[in-house]
Amino acid sequence: MDLNTIWFLLVGVLVAGYAVLDGFDLGVGALSLFARSSEERDVYVASIAPVWDGNEVWLLTGGGALFAAFPIVYATVFSGFYLAFMLLLVALIARAVSIEFRALVPSPGWTKVWDWAFGLGSLLPAILFGVAVGNVLRGVPIGPAPEFPWQGSFLGLLNPYAVLVGLVSCAFFVMHGAIYLRMKTDGELADRMGRIALGAFAAFLALYAAATAATVVVSPFLFQKTSNPLFWILAALLVASLVATPVFTKTGRKALAFVASSAVIVFMILVAALSAYPALVPSSTSLANSLTIYNASSTPLTLYTMLVIALIGVPIMLGYTIFVYVVFKGKARPGEGYGAAVAGAKPASARR
Amino acid sequence: MDALFLARLQFAVTVGFHFIFPPISIGLAWMLCIAEWLGWRKRDPVYVQVGRFFAKLFAITFAVGVATGIVMEFQFGTNWAVYSKFVGDIFGAPLAAEGVFAFFLESTFMGLYIFGRDRVSKGVHWFSSLMVAVGATMSAFWIVAANSWQQTPAGSVVRNGRAELTSFYDAIFNPSTMPRYLHVVTASLVTGAFVVAGVAAYHLLKDKDSVFGRKALRLGVAWGLVFAVLEVMPFGHFHAQQVARTQPEKFAAIEGLYTSQTAAPLVLFGIPFSPPPLIKAKVEVPGLLSYMAFGSVGERVRGIDEFPLEDRPPLWLTFVSFHNMVVLGLWFIALMGWAAFRLFSGKLWEDRLVLKALMWSIPLPVAACQLGWMAAEVGRQPWIVYKLLRTSEAHSPTVTAAEVGFSLVLFGLIYLMLGALWLFLMIKKAKATPAPAHA
Ligand code: HDD
Ligand code: HEM
Ligand code: HEM
Repeated sequence: MDLNTIWFLLVGVLVAGYAVLDGFDLGVGALSLFARSSEERDVYVASIAPVWDGNEVWLLTGGGALFAAFPIVYATVFSGFYLAFMLLLVALIARAVSIEFRALVPSPGWTKVWDWAFGLGSLLPAILFGVAVGNVLRGVPIGPAPEFPWQGSFLGLLNPYAVLVGLVSCAFFVMHGAIYLRMKTDGELADRMGRIALGAFAAFLALYAAATAATVVVSPFLFQKTSNPLFWILAALLVASLVATPVFTKTGRKALAFVASSAVIVFMILVAALSAYPALVPSSTSLANSLTIYNASSTPLTLYTMLVIALIGVPIMLGYTIFVYVVFKGKARPGEGYGAAVAGAKPASARR
Repeated sequence: MDALFLARLQFAVTVGFHFIFPPISIGLAWMLCIAEWLGWRKRDPVYVQVGRFFAKLFAITFAVGVATGIVMEFQFGTNWAVYSKFVGDIFGAPLAAEGVFAFFLESTFMGLYIFGRDRVSKGVHWFSSLMVAVGATMSAFWIVAANSWQQTPAGSVVRNGRAELTSFYDAIFNPSTMPRYLHVVTASLVTGAFVVAGVAAYHLLKDKDSVFGRKALRLGVAWGLVFAVLEVMPFGHFHAQQVARTQPEKFAAIEGLYTSQTAAPLVLFGIPFSPPPLIKAKVEVPGLLSYMAFGSVGERVRGIDEFPLEDRPPLWLTFVSFHNMVVLGLWFIALMGWAAFRLFSGKLWEDRLVLKALMWSIPLPVAACQLGWMAAEVGRQPWIVYKLLRTSEAHSPTVTAAEVGFSLVLFGLIYLMLGALWLFLMIKKAKATPAPAHA
């Protein structure tokens, strides 16, 4: 395996890790729009408060890794998707500060504003990430090498296919969030989350099937790997996790259901990545203009240096990340919003 | 207004706004780590109280720092596509390393520190505060290394229309990395100490017997004095010497030396005008600049007249920002020295003048940091990568002026709101009565 392929895989791992981890807190945020009371919303926030920032760093590191390994993709796609990106950034800003700010002033009006910022700031990225993926799978309007000039427009990004994939990702994140929240809560709320998860799963499955069918029409070139056994192995694993998710959810195996829904997104990403390989960003003007892991990459020395950095850094990072998740395992303790925790209030364990 | 100008303005606004928060985060993180250590090892509930109190201010600042940092991470790609393609082989690596080594550490242990007080042992809890501080300080290293490469490129060659890596070590430890890193981190420590000292002073002004106020003030003043001195001497001085050697036109601009000469004077005060470049109302010490930059009065220092017009940085802004930073640096030493003296004489708790000076000086280190970056970044112009790529050639060709204008207005409004909210919350929490001390 050459360095370029290794980095293709590593970027894929970062994207998948991001989707699994920030996926559930985006989902919890989107669900919080429909919480039944302010106290209930406190539980939602408490369930993700200690870990959401660490989760978001997967995105930042993914961005950094893309910049380092495939700078042409970083430059071309981010400047091409300019306005969509600005929208995403605004949503992420709103979300980041609202988790912190909402509990700091004890006034219902104040909390309400930040609850909206938190909910919408989570919902919008959940859709936009899908729209971005949809556009990449469909192929984006880039011209020939070496400049790869962008020939698209903002509205061009909102094509029906990409919007469909946006809905797929939204349904998935909502399901993933509900499954997570169910694991972190008890009683009526947990039961309700179980029902929501099943409903979201049905919507997700229907949308995903539609999107797959659409892909055959829109991007036939993505189906050239069907002779590769790996494609079928990954597809089989995807199907298995798709079956396991509702089964575990129905039978009340909360933790296993979460593992299964994480596996769904991981295998979805792997299947898509394998289908596109070695292209990173297919071009819609001509497939020959696609950005690939070879024409868009850094030099071998940089890829090698980065690999060393990843091999040292990632195991350490995984070690303490797991440690912190273990510390916070068990049910969410409401009152564990940032504000309440630092105000010195003993977390009310009463709500267990 | 063209897309380039707007892109520059947007970068300056967003990074300048972002950099309000890191110095406070880094500095406060270390102050918290010290307070938590004292609380834990000495079993002193007052220090635990200090830790809890400033943890609130820290958490608010941290959140805004994170929110505004996300924008920076992607802005190179969105607004500076040509630049990103040109530097990607070198510049992306430190950015990714920052994520892997620093941001994960910082944010993961931040969750443990803020929410884990009742879930882990006191030792592990203190350790989490240490990891937050270490993470924040490491993140500063990687981003400063990346920026320093832009200022003094090394470990690379220009090939295939881009800068390609030849030595990672040389690129990361380029000539300006360590001088800049030490200067920036110490600046952050000064900032953190001033926040602690200033807030403690406020509580003592309200109640001179406040035990909380006294212990926090002692902490702030002691560390504040140490860091304020270190910041100027050696770190400011060596940083300036490095600039004199590696970026002579910037040095001429910030020092206001417009003609090359031996026994060059150090301009203490002046008002720059151009063109032609000249400084009015000048107060100067003959020979001192030559001596400080190169160790001997006889050395020749290159003035701005030696450089072609198209390679000169803007003269007014660089001179003014640099000199104001230096004045502030001297004020920090004077104020902290004075406060430390009153502390030793046992009079500080009653000295309302010093307490007020400390309180009103809270924003000044942040201002000094902004001025420093202005001197460094504007002084690098017209280059985006010194001597390799001009700023005027580096922005995204496909992003229109209207698009940048739109996002600039959008971020401008959001940042104004965020800034106001942040100030409101900080002041509110800084004025709040500390929760009663119990270990
Ligand atoms: C000297 C220090 C320093 C400098 C020059 C910068 N930053 Fe920063 N940044 C930090 C020091 C820092 C920090 C101390 O690590 C932060 C700030 C506040 C915070 O809470 O973490 C942070 C947060 C932060 C985050 C969020 C991390 C998270 O989610 O935990 C990102 C993505 C960036 N920064 C990226 C950047 C970029 C791309 C910069 C350059 C243009 C930049 N920062 C300048
Ligand atoms: C955090 C503190 C920083 C501040 C306050 C700051 C300030 C500024 C300012 C005022 C400008 C505009 C200069 C001009 O156009 O005349 C600028 C430009 C720029 N800076 Fe910085 N900067 C900071 C850190 C960084 C870092 C860490 C990097 C890179 C790692 C960086 C890279 C750039 C780039 C790419 C530009 C845009 C091109 C340009 O206009 O020069 N800056 N910065
Ligand atoms: C007499 C005291 C000081 C001297 C001689 C000094 C020297 C310098 C010099 C020469 C630069 C420009 C570096 C460049 O252009 O690349 C600089 C930048 C900077 N200074 Fe200072 N400084 C002093 C005090 C301070 C203080 C008190 C603070 C903050 C508390 C501060 C914060 C900064 C920052 C954040 C930068 C920008 C980053 C960098 O290039 O290091 N400085 N300083």
